[in-house]
Amino acid sequence: MPTPVVVESGEIHEIHTDADVVRVRQAARTLALSAKLSLVDQTKLVTAASELARNTLVYGGGGRATVEVVRLGPRRGVRAVFVDEGPGIPDLDLALTDGWTSGSGMGLGLSGARRLVDEFEVSTDVGTGTTVSVVKWTR
Amino acid sequence: MADAAVDKGWATLLRRNGDEVVARWSEAAAQSLEGRMTRAELERDVREMYDALVAGVGEGDRHTLADASFAELRALLADVSHTRARQGFSSTETAVGVFALKEAMLGVLEEHGDLATYRSFADFSRLIDELGLYMLEVYAQAREAVIGEQADALLELSTPVVKLWDGIISLPLVGTLDSARTQVVMEKLLQALVDTGSEHAIIDITGVPAVDTQVAQHLLKTVQAARLLGAECIISGIRPQIAQTVVALGIEFGDISTKASLSEALLAALRKQGTDVVRRTGRRDR
Amino acid sequence: MDRVPILKIGDILLVSIQVDLQDHIALALQEDLGDKIVATSARGVLIDISALEIVDSFIGRMLSTIASISRVLDAETVVVGMRPAVAITLVELGLSLGGVRTALDVDRGMAMLAASTEVRDDELEPDEHGASDTVSAPGD
Repeated sequence: MPTPVVVESGEIHEIHTDADVVRVRQAARTLALSAKLSLVDQTKLVTAASELARNTLVYGGGGRATVEVVRLGPRRGVRAVFVDEGPGIPDLDLALTDGWTSGSGMGLGLSGARRLVDEFEVSTDVGTGTTVSVVKWTR
Repeated sequence: MADAAVDKGWATLLRRNGDEVVARWSEAAAQSLEGRMTRAELERDVREMYDALVAGVGEGDRHTLADASFAELRALLADVSHTRARQGFSSTETAVGVFALKEAMLGVLEEHGDLATYRSFADFSRLIDELGLYMLEVYAQAREAVIGEQADALLELSTPVVKLWDGIISLPLVGTLDSARTQVVMEKLLQALVDTGSEHAIIDITGVPAVDTQVAQHLLKTVQAARLLGAECIISGIRPQIAQTVVALGIEFGDISTKASLSEALLAALRKQGTDVVRRTGRRDR
Repeated sequence: MDRVPILKIGDILLVSIQVDLQDHIALALQEDLGDKIVATSARGVLIDISALEIVDSFIGRMLSTIASISRVLDAETVVVGMRPAVAITLVELGLSLGGVRTALDVDRGMAMLAASTEVRDDELEPDEHGASDTVSAPGD
């Protein structure tokens, strides 16, 4: 039986304003500290969260972020899931390409965030919305 | 594997014969742990495990180790495994105590048990196996953690940052570089630049026999990051073989400064700083 | 905080970013700096980010934009005090912050700006051999 991922603690934040994006950053930082991520890993995670939260706001028309401390066996990590019910991403492959940018400044958001984390999953449907999930583990 | 079960017969047997179980258990465990711990310590450990086991088993009926009732037992076993791992016990020495319980219970069964309980020994045995395996798992993780810490300590020792001059630091890298080590090195160098207020760093790789794509990328990233801080890096001591590898791999060094030797790099950094090195000619004053 | 304060020290504008900036406040800073450079004829802009724990692509772009706008307005920009973890992350993110000059701290940043101002002023000096005529404004 594979070891399941255990959620140790978490916060949910609505994202509808610039101030909310900052709040998500702070939540990510707090949880990264409690998961004892190294300083560089903390910085990478919080930066990724900032990119993705902004995307949710600017491109997704607002949404929600769930930030959690998770554990897989002995390793702990931070997972952040961003959900919006916006227009979705029409060409996901293109959006994930380095340096791509649309008018709303989606550039570097997805592909950049992906480089900063250990696990990265995105699912999107045009007209329905987008969900991005990232995890950063302690080494 | 079917859920380990401890039926009412076993639960009762376990509970009613506490002292005898503990005594037999300690005896059986002592055989393998001879000299590793004192008898008194061992008995104390066994007594603790017994109490937690009884609390977990309760009145009997089907239980798996994952059950909430076994939380205390799991915590206890994990603790013992952890401690033994850190103290350098072998995996056998760590888990043998649990397996010794089977022997102990068989003895108790002979004295006080009935046929029905005897028949369900397989179930009880399975529970013990689960406990043992759990301890071994925790033990393995703890050992890995110890190895990880030792590796870190080694890394610390082998990457000294040296201040060559006011504003010029150097990082002599020796030995093969792997991705993890190079990252640590990078972080160390950048922090040293900030801490010493240096604007020049010389990364000397004379002592590095080979460089692969990942390592080269890390070095490039280090130089880029240093620039963002407001410092310049020079990479020195690149062997011809490494230069060939780098070119063959198609890695662009772009506008990154490179010098053949550490001394040339030092001279370049000094000049950049506006410090001139002058060789005096003529007689020295007496 | 509504707006990031901009200090004037000689002909240099000093900005110290102390907190997690909301996007709209960052944009306001960009505008304010442009306005103030013109209003004070500033020759240099020093942005101290030593208090920033993260710099994401938005802030990164803001810094690049400020540098570009300043240059057009004949002022140089220097960003100082970037933290190592931030630098490592920016490089990983692929943000080069091209066109943005950096220095370890405020002192060095100021020195850099002073030197750069001198260089630019020297370039404006008339040629010693008298090859260029003194230009006067129309109507003189």
